[in-house]
Amino acid sequence: MIAINNVHKAFNKGKANQVNAVNGIRLNIQSNEFLVIVGSNGSGKTTLLNLVAGTVFPDNGSINIDGNDVTKTPDYRRSQWIARVFQNPMSGTASDLSILDNFRLAAIRTKAKGLSIGVNDAFKQQVKEKIATLGMGLENKIEQPMGTLSGGQRQALTLLMSVMDSCKVLLLDEPTAALDPRSADVVMRTADKLITDFKLTAILITHNLKDAYNYGNRIIQMGEGAILRDLSGEQKSALKQNDLFDWFG
Amino acid sequence: MDFYLTALLQGLCFSALALGIYISMKIFNIPDITTNGSYTLGGAITGIMLTNHQSTYLILPIVIFAGGIAGALTGLITTKLKVNALLAGILVMTGLHSVNLIIMGRSNLPLISTSSLFSILNIAADPNHNTFWILSVFVAIITLMIGYLLKTDFGIAMRATGNSESMVRALGVDTDRMKIVGLALANALTALSGYMIVQFQAFADINMGQAIVIIGLGSVIIAESFINWFNITNVWIILILVLIGAIIFQLVLALTLAIGVDPNLLSLTTSTFVLLIVSLPRLSFGKAS
Repeated sequence: MIAINNVHKAFNKGKANQVNAVNGIRLNIQSNEFLVIVGSNGSGKTTLLNLVAGTVFPDNGSINIDGNDVTKTPDYRRSQWIARVFQNPMSGTASDLSILDNFRLAAIRTKAKGLSIGVNDAFKQQVKEKIATLGMGLENKIEQPMGTLSGGQRQALTLLMSVMDSCKVLLLDEPTAALDPRSADVVMRTADKLITDFKLTAILITHNLKDAYNYGNRIIQMGEGAILRDLSGEQKSALKQNDLFDWFG
Repeated sequence: MDFYLTALLQGLCFSALALGIYISMKIFNIPDITTNGSYTLGGAITGIMLTNHQSTYLILPIVIFAGGIAGALTGLITTKLKVNALLAGILVMTGLHSVNLIIMGRSNLPLISTSSLFSILNIAADPNHNTFWILSVFVAIITLMIGYLLKTDFGIAMRATGNSESMVRALGVDTDRMKIVGLALANALTALSGYMIVQFQAFADINMGQAIVIIGLGSVIIAESFINWFNITNVWIILILVLIGAIIFQLVLALTLAIGVDPNLLSLTTSTFVLLIVSLPRLSFGKAS
């Protein structure tokens, strides 16, 4: 589904403070793979995710998504395949807009935003039913501004919004970093369920080794812009939680 | 009484400007100084075309188009050349001053015995009442169009752009293009105010746009106080409050003149008034907490 071929990315190129964030990474991510990326700060995880999302472009190398060369495709065009959940709950939703309007925008992620009114009674009903599956009681608050909700609620809704339109790849950039343990648990469960139900290819960046252990069917550890460890399938299942802690020892 | 009626009519003329500032300031979070130039641009085009006996109907689309170009220019400079939005606006505004002078040919154009928007219909015997009705209908049509636009899928994407750019891009919207379109729309509305005010006061002047952005800002800030007090999210009510804000602003100015404030102090009064509405809620909240 995603093929990253020998991708390099450096910031502040040619200056004394040059940072080689991603150093010649080759990575093939299969369809339905749920990849977890761990690594210390500055290891290049987020840059790698941003390269896939299209918010930064590689210095050299190429990126393919679903058979298309997207190396130079900007983020707003890659949205036809990719949905994202950000670390900051504020980034994934528009605070001043109602929940309903947020969902409307998500429902036309892969389509043109035209000059017709798309929020009608049928759409409201559809959103209510979707939100009801979260069991947070938000289905009766769809006219409320997104900004009135808690971070956990917003992250859960952002996840739900990602499957409002056809979605192949889900990028999760530390989605629970800003949340309390209970909300974090709800968000991760929701993500896992959606990834299974909608057969998504997913990449999760996390500092939470428990999540890295519990979720996903492949794990890579990054350091200095390169892949240090890569375990998938049974290797990942055989992994013990303590092994993960040892990686950072 | 006539004094206040005039203020009301001026408020209606400025309501398009207020809607424009609402779009650039509140929806896109861009302090758009182009306003000063595009307002005069609308006025200059209206003035020169009316003195050359062109129909007000023909002037209307040209003014909208010209204002749109000015806004799009600011949008292009800030998004493609990555120039700070405030500076981009100042650059375009400064450039427009020359453009406006070239259009007008001189610094002041009196419009005596030319036809205008307000002479096309005779609904009421009193010319001021006549003007009131024509302006009301005109402003109502503009508000309906903007309200409809903001309700569409495109409008939702527009409103989300100023809120969370990362989200909107992740949802497949080219935010650069959106800002250019938004600034074009905002300045087209601003130019429309120039179009109305020139026909209302029967002259165009090269300095008519000086600090006009403060009138738009003041109107929007008055509206915003109501929006925050009553927690309003409905787009239609917000737009109507912006219109009311524009009228209140003019009425307050009329009142200050009526109680005998020196007209030379009008600009000072205006900025003090805007400062007051911005800071009063914060001052009182500060005490409460």
